[in-house]
Amino acid sequence: MSLMLEPNTSQIKEKKIYREMGMTDEEFAKAEQILGRTPNYTETGLFSVMWSEHCSYKNSKPVLRKFPVTGERVLQGPGEGAGIVDIGDEQAVVFKIESHNHPSAIEPYQGAATGVGGIIRDVFSMGARPVAMLNSLRFGELQSSRVKYLFEEVVAGIAGYGNCIGIPTVGGEIQFDHTYEGNPLVNAMCVGLIDHKDIQKGQAKGIGNTVMYVGAKTGRDGIHGATFASEELSEESEEKRPAVQVGDPFMEKLLLEACLELVKNDALVGIQDMGAAGLTSSSAEMASKAGSGIEMNLDFVPQRETGMTPYEMMLSESQERMLIVIKKGREKEIEELFAKYGLEAASIGRVTDDSMLRLIHQGEVVAEVPADALAEDAPVYYKPSEEPAYYREYQAMAQETPQVEDFKATLIQLLSQPTIASKEWVYGQYDYQVRTNTVVTPGSDAAVIRVRGTNKALAMTTDCNSRYIYLDPETGGKIAVAEAARNIVCSGGEPLAITDCLNFGSPENPEIFWQLEKSTDGMSEACRVLSTPVIGGNVSLYNETNGTAVYPTPVVGMVGLIKDLSHVTTQSFKQAGDLIYVIGETAAEFGGSELQKLLNGGEIFGKAPALDLAVEEKRQAALLQAIQAGTVQSAHDVAEGGFAVALAEKAFGTGLGANVSVTENIDQTAALFSETQSRFIVTVSKENQESFESIVADAKLVGEVTTEASFIVKQQSELIIQAEVNELEDIWKGAIPCLLKSEA
Amino acid sequence: MKFAVIVFPGSNCDVDMFHAVKDELGEEVDFVWHDADDLSSYDGILLPGGFSYGDYLRSGAIAHLSKVMNEVKKAAEAGKPILGVCNGFQILLESGLLPGAMLRNKNLKFICKQVELKVENNETMFSSLYKKGETITVPIAHGEGNYYCDEQTLKKLQENNQIVFAYGEDVNGSLIDIAGIVNEKGNVLGMMPHPERAVDELLGSADGLKLFQSIVKHWRESHVVNA
Repeated sequence: MSLMLEPNTSQIKEKKIYREMGMTDEEFAKAEQILGRTPNYTETGLFSVMWSEHCSYKNSKPVLRKFPVTGERVLQGPGEGAGIVDIGDEQAVVFKIESHNHPSAIEPYQGAATGVGGIIRDVFSMGARPVAMLNSLRFGELQSSRVKYLFEEVVAGIAGYGNCIGIPTVGGEIQFDHTYEGNPLVNAMCVGLIDHKDIQKGQAKGIGNTVMYVGAKTGRDGIHGATFASEELSEESEEKRPAVQVGDPFMEKLLLEACLELVKNDALVGIQDMGAAGLTSSSAEMASKAGSGIEMNLDFVPQRETGMTPYEMMLSESQERMLIVIKKGREKEIEELFAKYGLEAASIGRVTDDSMLRLIHQGEVVAEVPADALAEDAPVYYKPSEEPAYYREYQAMAQETPQVEDFKATLIQLLSQPTIASKEWVYGQYDYQVRTNTVVTPGSDAAVIRVRGTNKALAMTTDCNSRYIYLDPETGGKIAVAEAARNIVCSGGEPLAITDCLNFGSPENPEIFWQLEKSTDGMSEACRVLSTPVIGGNVSLYNETNGTAVYPTPVVGMVGLIKDLSHVTTQSFKQAGDLIYVIGETAAEFGGSELQKLLNGGEIFGKAPALDLAVEEKRQAALLQAIQAGTVQSAHDVAEGGFAVALAEKAFGTGLGANVSVTENIDQTAALFSETQSRFIVTVSKENQESFESIVADAKLVGEVTTEASFIVKQQSELIIQAEVNELEDIWKGAIPCLLKSEA
Repeated sequence: MKFAVIVFPGSNCDVDMFHAVKDELGEEVDFVWHDADDLSSYDGILLPGGFSYGDYLRSGAIAHLSKVMNEVKKAAEAGKPILGVCNGFQILLESGLLPGAMLRNKNLKFICKQVELKVENNETMFSSLYKKGETITVPIAHGEGNYYCDEQTLKKLQENNQIVFAYGEDVNGSLIDIAGIVNEKGNVLGMMPHPERAVDELLGSADGLKLFQSIVKHWRESHVVNA
């Protein structure tokens, strides 16, 4: 019915209706040129959504090309649902991270939940069994009732979806900073396991093969979600609530089990998630990747509502749907397979040889567009880039050590900053144990999942200190990758590869585009030096509220291989009498530090901490070797808040204490709170002292783990901090619950 | 001894239960689909945790109408051991095999953590290998585990010694910290904590293994007697 109300081709052109769908005049002209005629309403919708930044990466392609994407172990790089890395024994790990920032800003529970659902589908569409979830979250300061609401609902949404579908949420990271006040970031990462022989591709091969639609019915929800995700947030965004989808984890659990049964069936030719841009992207991309065409009869698309138009069906982002291509003649078998799980599998089309995406509705051809034009021919923009004035100003500043009077009080204040404080309030709501493989639960440097049936395990983490990246995108980008690798190494793993989620402001702003360029330069270099190629990821631009951009936040998701379960290491002290070592020198570096932020009302300035990748690589290799040799009891990297915070974290939850001395030739504030990079605190049992020191030559013995739960830091004979571990731990544990309860 | 792990649409601890029995306990075990109409070949029935039917309507409310539940009831009448964990417990409550009901956790949030449990009754086929009053560590992971029943029912549970496990502290608001109860006959146990997640020190605790071993011990003994 509403079909009658759709504008005709001349109206679309003359009234520039394509602009409402996010297309520019030039893009519309290009679409006209490709078709040799003016596209109709449905076709305009197809172009606009496939050429959105979210689907085409038209603004970010030039920077993404810089990433190293290959490696000995890489079985699948960027371009499919998720990347794949070999872990030996004919097994592989599959992982990817994706953003759901804009939906979460508007409807936090469903926005976060469907973000989780979407990334899980990306992983099982490769044929892999999802085994773990992680996330990376950014919010404004936990002060206003709006931010508290966003935080609580995002966590509830992640928990609601992940717990129900039964995939453990094992790790993640959260930072709070005022730049995320109106535009929180919600990035979800899924890790799966697969046998090499089960690896699937999203390709529509074999002329005459049948295209089937499986899973939930199509409704009018989320129409143009991908376009919405490619715009800045504004007051009007609330009106776009219908562009946010609603998740049904129960449906996805059924779809997951059915699809994993399907991948064992030789009738399957190709499979792809209907994620952003739904039926349009899955069909156009599957055809384009195979060099074939697809013809679909939309009358056969299972529909939740009556009177849906081709435009609505093609652009709907209803959740929990997959598009599959199967061998002709095997339809009944596949229908029965899905019926066992109570799911519909409808034959809606076939693979053709003419490279066209052709749509039929009520007996008429309603769209006919070259599949490649949609999937591959989006314009690529080389945006102007300009070094911001603030960067030059910060680079010109000397490193300055803040004035601190009371070290203990400052440590307590740092431990109560929500970015540093215990995240137990968050992960206590996630089922992190389901599937009974979680060897290291949330709260340590990286989470560890065993590979059942082997002696191997996977370490996984998400990291990104966006403050450093704001101050110095190139150095900050390197640090993000290096820190992720530190967390993997501290857990006993060898870093394998990364997935990235580039969360930035508007690329139309040359200074933002400069941040994007520089930080990906830094990340690329770190990935090369640390041998962790980028196997896939996601770009989320336009993270701005009313013209103010978030800090540049290129989140790194990293997975490492632990070759033997005996190598699994956590950050916590193990026994009294163990020796405490620090690896790495400390300099006075406070730019973007937690202490600087604390003392300056949330503002940061100056230079980011320096990073020497060659040193980083060498130290990580030595530490990993020491762990693999069985000489290390616990390991933790020094991150936000510096040495004092890292040392306190090692004591928490153990009932043990620490008695250490810092070197005499350094300022006390720097010794305690500087955020110099490439540093680790490890403990070693006395009997392993010699063998440890022979492997990690530059480790400095600073003290001992004590039976008495006191926290004592000295410099020569001077006592700098003396505290009870309990009093520090109570504050660290209680900070987030306390902030949530207090009135705004 | 041969166990059945019943799989409902939305069950998600079925695999954990399966591995606990097969790998750690070393007994036979099959997955049995929710529409099965014969459980006679199984010696013990395990209802795993998860979100059967997405917890829609009410936890366990739809699953208890599954075809297989008629067979579970028959097995209960026949005196076979039946263990429902988490969502499995909720299904047993909905089906009337155990008394009471579950409310949302008192903090209104999902809670995942290791908790201490006190063995209140070690004279059941599920707990005979524990000591009475022993404290064991077993994880919980639920949003609706706040056990509730009326006063009369509670009195009966106490008089009949039907409370098998209690939380060491108030974790979710459950009435007198009830974590697990048996039926009057003593062959149907429902509990919110997950013993199948506590069968391997590598994952934090192996305290749950004795529960499964108790079931096997009882079965062996009764079969020797019967023979």
